[in-house]
Amino acid sequence: MKEYDVIVVGAGPAGLAAACEAYQNGAERVLVVERDKEPGGILNQCIHSGFGLHYFKEELTGPEYAGRFIDLLRATGAELLLDTMVLHVSEEKEVTMVNPRDGCFTARADAVILTMGCRERTRGAIGIPGTRPAGVFTAGMAQRYVNIEGYMVGRKVVILGSGDIGLIMARRMTLEGAKVAACVELMPYSNGLGRNIVQCLDDFGIPLYLSHTITEIRGERRVEGVVVSRVDGRGKPVPGTERFFDCDTVLLSVGLIPENELSKEAGIELDPRTKGPAVYENMETSVPGIFACGNVVHVHDLVDFVTAESRRAGAAAARFCGRADAWDPFEPAVPLENGENVGYTVPQHIRPGRIDRYAEVFFRVKRVFGDSVIEVSDGGKILSSFRRDHMAPGEMEHIVIPKRLLQNAGKITVSAKEGKRN
Amino acid sequence: MYDVTVIGCGVVGAGIACELSRHRLSVAVLEKENDVACGTTKANSAIVHAGFDPMPGTAMARLNVQGSKMMEALCGELSVEYRRIGSLVLAFGDGDLETLRELFRRGKANGVEKMELLTGAQALAMEPNLNPAVAGALYAPTAAIVNPWGLAIALIQTAVKNGARLHLNAGVNRIEEAGGFYRIGTDAGVFETRYLVNAAGTHSDEINNMAAKPFFQILPLKGEYYVLDKSQGNVVSHTIFQCPDQNGKGVLISPTVDGNLLVGPTAEPADGPDDTAVTARGLAKAAETALRSSEKINFREAIRNFSGVRAATEKDDFILGASPDAPRFVNAAAIKSPGLSAAPAIALEVCSILRDMGLPLSRKEEFIPWKKHKLFRDMTEEEQKEALRRDPLYGRVICRCETVTEGDIRRALRDPIPPGSIDGVKRRCNAGMGRCQGGFCGPRVHEILSRETGMRMEKICQDRAGSFLLTGETKTGGAEK
Repeated sequence: MKEYDVIVVGAGPAGLAAACEAYQNGAERVLVVERDKEPGGILNQCIHSGFGLHYFKEELTGPEYAGRFIDLLRATGAELLLDTMVLHVSEEKEVTMVNPRDGCFTARADAVILTMGCRERTRGAIGIPGTRPAGVFTAGMAQRYVNIEGYMVGRKVVILGSGDIGLIMARRMTLEGAKVAACVELMPYSNGLGRNIVQCLDDFGIPLYLSHTITEIRGERRVEGVVVSRVDGRGKPVPGTERFFDCDTVLLSVGLIPENELSKEAGIELDPRTKGPAVYENMETSVPGIFACGNVVHVHDLVDFVTAESRRAGAAAARFCGRADAWDPFEPAVPLENGENVGYTVPQHIRPGRIDRYAEVFFRVKRVFGDSVIEVSDGGKILSSFRRDHMAPGEMEHIVIPKRLLQNAGKITVSAKEGKRN
Repeated sequence: MYDVTVIGCGVVGAGIACELSRHRLSVAVLEKENDVACGTTKANSAIVHAGFDPMPGTAMARLNVQGSKMMEALCGELSVEYRRIGSLVLAFGDGDLETLRELFRRGKANGVEKMELLTGAQALAMEPNLNPAVAGALYAPTAAIVNPWGLAIALIQTAVKNGARLHLNAGVNRIEEAGGFYRIGTDAGVFETRYLVNAAGTHSDEINNMAAKPFFQILPLKGEYYVLDKSQGNVVSHTIFQCPDQNGKGVLISPTVDGNLLVGPTAEPADGPDDTAVTARGLAKAAETALRSSEKINFREAIRNFSGVRAATEKDDFILGASPDAPRFVNAAAIKSPGLSAAPAIALEVCSILRDMGLPLSRKEEFIPWKKHKLFRDMTEEEQKEALRRDPLYGRVICRCETVTEGDIRRALRDPIPPGSIDGVKRRCNAGMGRCQGGFCGPRVHEILSRETGMRMEKICQDRAGSFLLTGETKTGGAEK
């Protein structure tokens, strides 16, 4: 069995950054396993710009952003295995794979980094009533058809959900000559980035119907139209508000789910709030030496933050296999919990002994806020607070908590509330 | 001129064709869709019922019990997924307990073996996730689960391998008695046959009425279902029914042979024989009723909804037999539940009716069953190595949720009846059946189909004819009409 210091599952943005960082931090034998024939992951089909504003301070397309890390990886001594599917990861960090060239084989590593990304929620998951014709696509699937395969998936489109991929596809379909009749969002606010609402809907005159949903899909073989209804405060359709949209295509942008089938098999503890592994400050999971980063942990809006998080995972994995950072079951760890108006936090645990000056914490709020305050507290005692003039569920929040506040903390709670700027 | 023509290629028609193909006969099967198993066969509870539900004396009772006894060997012969997991009918009150006693008596009368009446505690010991209020249960260990479309496909592949002809896209428009034989006008041309079998499911009244006097009417009854992710596949380990009422056997929860959990069906009049739309009300009803059997089902793990149409009539029985007025014409009509369970027995019965009508049946010396291919993921290490030697593309995983490889798909494409659509691949190889519902593998399956069959990408459909996916290439006016 071949031995590695670090095996990275996936060569999307998370896997690429983690692998580079692991190598640069002393892991010499690094293997990156990618199921696709090209590295880059979902970025390869994201041909629009807007990537890298935080990380590179310039505006790149998805393939360009991926390209920078592919070049970086190629400059290291890391091995990249393409067209190869990981079938199983064991708690002992044995990774079983299959590809057309080598068949089934297993390799072992001191540390494993999981970066399988996420999948899209489907029609079946949300149970849209109506017939089941062709022409109902998840937005990402349509994006692949249009941007990678070079085919149009329809002529007249209604988009359900206002996640970022749906918004991007509204613009993309319009630019390719399709008519996007409406973007329909169940919630009273969009789940996408504000900039995408402006650049992908407003700029093209595509109406956004908030607090609406598709209550029926019609058409026998191919979509022939949808019925859209307004919903009440609990998301239930209001009878009498139905209106028909003539269309041949429905694109769904109704949420992303981290893909953790491999993590479950490896015995990794998942957080039901994120549906990803519960991680420590260095992105280590509940299984010592198995790390996770990127959308497999929690769904990000910006790849820049995936990169930052993944570099942390890569560096920690290198330290783990160099024994500088070995697992210590008795090491104190502070649990992080979501308080009022906060949906989840990542990481879920912080070991104060392993952070330099501060810990980075990511979370999402449950509703839209104007002037507001994020509070970090320890059993009712407020440790730290942060002002914001806008927060929304579609925009991931990021705070840093100084090490000194964590050292004696029992349990950290992050909450959000309305608050005026002083 | 065919000796026998079967109209309809669901599990009933395919079963009849397969049985006929064991004999020295020329056999044709006419199917209106572009693939087999596209109707009720792909949208049902996937259950082999023990046979305690139908009224004693009905064809349903007799053929259900007989079919259930035949099913394991048949599935073994064709390598179709089958698991005898047993079923429980739950009782929640005194009235229900009386119903259980009645079902037990009926089962005895029908010849169902090994049934037991259980106390609530015994039922809970067998199925810890059941509603603790369960007061008793009827346990039928002979009940089983099966892959219904897999069975139909294997039956028709076998029939074709043994000489039968399948005509797809051959919707029947008219049937005329032409003096000792029938002339059948279809979308795919005219066929002539001496004997005719009507296995047209929810359309079987229309077919009867083309050849014979109307004497029954299909009153299509819709059933809506949820399919849940494999994470829910272990909520129960038996098929769980509630007590039947006037609308049928009610909402069940059951593991599937693929390890998912199936919840349904409801029973509501359908808007025609092909009305497979799901409704908010139907789905809510299915979920609500199922939660009474077990509150442990997590409907957030739903991956698909579907609805199937039962070929119900006013009479609570199959319509099986020689036509009262048309010669050499056999109805295997109005085959609703337990039609899947009864299918192997219906096939035998139809053959014996045909023989009684004068069709000579002499068995072929050589009959070779077509065996359903084992997926790469289910092979032993040795078998995997051998498969990879034959085709290295067994090493490329296309459907990540169900671990289906390009080799699996290529093999299906070389069968006597290859898939011609994305869902055709799904029915044969499971690609697209998992939690992402083809979100990732759909375009790749699409590409493989195009490459291997030479069909243009734009011509390939999701499922039935007309269910096109692409409107053209980008940059060339692909969005223009």
